[in-house]
Amino acid sequence: MGDPINLISQWFNNLLLGWGLGERLVAVLSLFVGAAILVTASLLTVVALIWIERKIAGRLQDRIGPNRAGPFGLFQPFADMIKIFTKEITTPDGADKVAFNIAPVLAIASVLLIWAVIPMAATIVGTDINVGVLYIVAVGSFGIVAILMAGWSSNNKFALLGAFRAVAQMVSYEVPMVLALLVPVLLARSMGINEIVHAQGTWFIVIAPLTALIFLITSMAEVGRAPFDLIEAESEIVAGFHIEYSGMAFGMFYVSEFLHVWTIGALIATLFLGGWRGPGAETWPILGLFYFYIKTFIGYFVITWIRLSLPRVRIDQLLSFNWKFLTPLTLVILIVTAIADKLLVLAGVERWFYVLVMLAANILIAWGTVLVLKALEPKRARARQEFPPRPVAVAPKPSEN
Amino acid sequence: MSGFDIIFLGIAAVTLAAAFMVVTTHNLVHGALWLVLTLFGVAATFVLLNAAFLAVVQVVVYIGAIAILMIFAIMLTRKVMKDSGPQTNANWVVAALLGAVLFVGLAYLLGNSSAATMALPEMAANMDPVVQLGEVLVSPNAYVLPFELASVLLLAALIGSIAVAWKK
Repeated sequence: MGDPINLISQWFNNLLLGWGLGERLVAVLSLFVGAAILVTASLLTVVALIWIERKIAGRLQDRIGPNRAGPFGLFQPFADMIKIFTKEITTPDGADKVAFNIAPVLAIASVLLIWAVIPMAATIVGTDINVGVLYIVAVGSFGIVAILMAGWSSNNKFALLGAFRAVAQMVSYEVPMVLALLVPVLLARSMGINEIVHAQGTWFIVIAPLTALIFLITSMAEVGRAPFDLIEAESEIVAGFHIEYSGMAFGMFYVSEFLHVWTIGALIATLFLGGWRGPGAETWPILGLFYFYIKTFIGYFVITWIRLSLPRVRIDQLLSFNWKFLTPLTLVILIVTAIADKLLVLAGVERWFYVLVMLAANILIAWGTVLVLKALEPKRARARQEFPPRPVAVAPKPSEN
Repeated sequence: MSGFDIIFLGIAAVTLAAAFMVVTTHNLVHGALWLVLTLFGVAATFVLLNAAFLAVVQVVVYIGAIAILMIFAIMLTRKVMKDSGPQTNANWVVAALLGAVLFVGLAYLLGNSSAATMALPEMAANMDPVVQLGEVLVSPNAYVLPFELASVLLLAALIGSIAVAWKK
C-alpha cells in the first residue's frame, strides 16, 4: 500500500496483457499513459497554484486576497479559467500564423519536459537518464526559441523588443545557472538526478548554501519572476512578448510561467533539499512523494515571497549584476568546491568534517565577496557619477539679450 | 524492419525534410525555425545511438545558442516582416548537378565502407559514457591536448569579441 503508483501501473499492464496485446506494445503504451498522467497532474497543479499565489500575495501585501468566488476564494482559479476559455483568440493582422500559434505550445512544452526527469519518490521517476541536469538546461532553450517566435510573429515592434529583452535576460542568466548546477553534479559524482538525490545523505544546501542561493536567483531570472520581471513589466511595456496573445494562447503563457516557478521549486527541492528523502521514504514511497511536495512548496513560497517584496531591476542593472557579479562568483565557488572536495576526499576525512569544511569555505567566499565589493565601492560610485543620466528634453536656455 | 529501423527512418525523414525546407523557404525566419527542427532531428539521432550526452549538448549548444544567435541576427537586420527574395540565382543548374554528384559519391563511399554493415556496438552494463568521456578529455594519454587547444581557441574568440565591442 505504500507504493500506489507502481501498483496502478502494474494493474494497467496486466489489464492490457490480459486483453492480448504484445509485451513491447504494452510497455510503450504504459509509457505514453504515464506521460499523459504526468502532464495532466502538472497542469492541474497550476490550478491550485493560482489560488495559492493570489492568497499569499494578498496576505503579504496586508490584504485578504480573493474571497468572493467560493469559500476563501477557492473557485477563483476556475473563474479565471472560464474567463480565459471564453475569450476570443485574436491573431493580429500581418502576423505569421504558424509561428504565432506554435509559440505558446512550445513555451509550455519546454516546462512540461522538465518533469520527465524529476524523481518524485523512491520508485517514481519519469525516465532515469544519466545526463538529467544537462537535459534540464537543454529543454530551457526551447522556451527561449518560443519567446523569440512569439515576439517576432506578433508583427508588433514592442512585442519584438520585449522578446529581445526577455531572451537577453534568459540567455545571460543561463551561464551562472549552468555553473551553479555543476556543483551538485560535482558533489554527487553524476549528472543523473536520481544519483544526485541518492547522494544527499546531508542535504546539499548545507554543503553548498551559496550555490543554492545562486541557483535560486538565476532560476528566478530564467522564469522572469520579479525582481527580474522586465519581461512582462505590466506598467512599462504592457506585456512584453505576449502583448498580442489573448484567450487560451495567453492562458498557455500564463500557465507555463506558473508551472515553471513550481518546477524551479521542484528542482531546488531535488538538487539542494534532498528531493524525496526523509524519514521512512525508502520503505513507503508515498511518504517520499509527500516530502517532495512539501519541499517544492517551500521553494515556491520563497520565490513568491521574494517576488512580492522586491522592486523590479532595470535591464542594465540586471545584466551588470549577472556578468560582473554572479558569473565570477559562481566560477570561484565552483573552483573552490572542486579543489576542496578533491583534497578532502584524498585525505579521507569523516563525513561531518567534510560538511563543516565545505560550509566554512562557502562562508569564507561570501565574506570575501562582501569585502571585495566594499573595496570596489569608491570606484563604482565614481563610475556611476561619470555617466549621470542626461535628460532628453531640456528647456531652451534664455537668450542673452 | 525492426522498431529501431522504423524510428530511425522516421527521424531521418523529418530531419531531411526540415533541412530541405531551410533552404527553400521564402521567409528567412521560417528558415531559421526549420533549422531548429533539423538540429533537433540530429539530436534525436544521437539519442538513437545511445549518445545521450551528445544529444543534450547538441540541443544546448546548437539550438540554445547558435540557432538563437542566428534568429537574433535575422530579426535585428531585417526590417520587413515578410522578407523574401528569389530563392535561386542563375547558376542553380550547375549547383544542383554538383550536389547530385556529391550525394552519389558520398553514398557510394559510405555504402562500401565497413560502417554500413556494422551493428550498433553493445555497451557494457556498468559503463557510464559520460564518465568515460570526462576521463578521456583530461587524460594525458588521450585527448587533453586537443581539448586545451580548443579551449584556448574559444578564449581567443571571447576576448576578440569583447575587444571588437569595447567602448573607446
